[in-house]
Amino acid sequence: MFCDECKKRPATVHVTKIVNGQKSEVNLCEECARAHHKEWSMAYDNNFPINKFLAGLLGFDTGKTAGSVNLNLHGPGKCEHCGASYSQISQTGRLGCHQCYGRFQDKVEPLLRRVQGSNRHTGKVPKRSGGSIRLQREIQNLRVRLQQHVSNEEFEQAARLRDQIRELEKGMAE
Amino acid sequence: MRDRFVNQALTKWMEGTGKESEIVISSRVRLARNLCDIPFPNVATAEQAKAVVSQVERAIKDAAVEQTSGDLIFVNLEELAPLDRLVLVDKHLISPQHAEEAAGKGLILRADEAVSVLINEEDHLRIQCLFPGLQLEEAWELASRIDDILESKLDFAFDEKLGYLTACPTNVGTGLRASVMMHLPALVLTNQASRVLASLSQIGMTVRGLYGEGTDATGNLFQISNQVTLGRSEEEIISNLVVVATQLIDHERMARQVLLKETKPQLEDRVCRAYGTLTSARIINSQEAMTLLSNVRLGIDLGIIRGVSPQVLNEMLVLTRPAFLQKLAGRELSPFERDVQRAALIRERFNLDG
Repeated sequence: MFCDECKKRPATVHVTKIVNGQKSEVNLCEECARAHHKEWSMAYDNNFPINKFLAGLLGFDTGKTAGSVNLNLHGPGKCEHCGASYSQISQTGRLGCHQCYGRFQDKVEPLLRRVQGSNRHTGKVPKRSGGSIRLQREIQNLRVRLQQHVSNEEFEQAARLRDQIRELEKGMAE
Repeated sequence: MRDRFVNQALTKWMEGTGKESEIVISSRVRLARNLCDIPFPNVATAEQAKAVVSQVERAIKDAAVEQTSGDLIFVNLEELAPLDRLVLVDKHLISPQHAEEAAGKGLILRADEAVSVLINEEDHLRIQCLFPGLQLEEAWELASRIDDILESKLDFAFDEKLGYLTACPTNVGTGLRASVMMHLPALVLTNQASRVLASLSQIGMTVRGLYGEGTDATGNLFQISNQVTLGRSEEEIISNLVVVATQLIDHERMARQVLLKETKPQLEDRVCRAYGTLTSARIINSQEAMTLLSNVRLGIDLGIIRGVSPQVLNEMLVLTRPAFLQKLAGRELSPFERDVQRAALIRERFNLDG
């Protein structure tokens, strides 16, 4: 098989592209492939499609509707902490710092609901910086277990959990 | 010590051990974490990036090492040659993105390479645990333990409602990406793979080729991972993925039995031809090598080929990559030279077993 580009050298690099569900194949020789390297490395970049996708969801960049252009012009300014602007974020699909989440909350929240299907974390909480949230979660978990023990009429275990909950609640009050 | 990570080809995930290791090559868990008060790597200045590296380095040195059941070694990526960084990519210890721009980037590795912590990749920290076979729970437990150790020294960006805050909103929440690399040749041969794998996206899973998004599933290897990181607990995410992997294993096993029963001569022919080519070829490109190795591996699993260790596919996945071949040769090789070197290496490896 010869290279699609120069049609002279044998093709050793085979690239399959799937764009909007349309599959296409390109066969290149090493030399032509290297010439295309910049382009390919863009396509290979792990985050390339997701960035584009997120940028689209943030309502920037497409320029299809007057509304999105306006949105860009009157975007909600910059994050005071890291200096990232809203248009920067919507172009890269990346936030600049942890405070951007608060700064651009009204934009990020709907995005999260769309991408993640949820906007509430229910997982792990850091031990130290998690502080009271961690305790709250722990108490909540213990309460659920307590209910289970009560409905199973396992009162001894239930009593132990009740004491544990009281202990934790005392810790929260302090 | 540092050189060992680059010079030694074999790494823990290639051991071919662990549950369901005939179909599941490896299990990986990654946690994205960021430090408070320093902008994320895409915005941080060189100085801020340096501050992150030194904070993490210090935290690791302070940490009780025995808690991680192994020594942790800090590597400054800038001090590694570009080729050595590519070797680490081939071993799946760092991402291509991390290898490309080494400035201001660091890496922490556990001696057995089951743990790698990428500093200043897309997030300040990416804690990775990579195990052979289906060991997602084990990988999650270890990653979480390392997370706890680091968190005891560092202030992570955490929000009560949104969880761990990350540079990309697709990682926010748990920051957890779990994935399994599966060898599914029979599903491909029976034309079921695309249908089965496409259905996974409907239940919040992503399927990719071996080297990440946009790469082909060469060698019938597929990487399946969770898509959603927010609104589900880590345990839910992990157990969902285990359920999916287990179902795929069942499907693959059934397809293998069907192939054996209905097309045994064709299957044997395919496997034995692949073995013959690999043990005789003088020039072989990586694509062909992967395809043939996949067939040989299937043959080993089905008892068609005996006396070759099943681990051969896992090892060759790394050994026959361009970066490793050049590392072994000790110089840069042209694509043609690599194909010759690759063929020689494969013949040598098969003769060891044969």
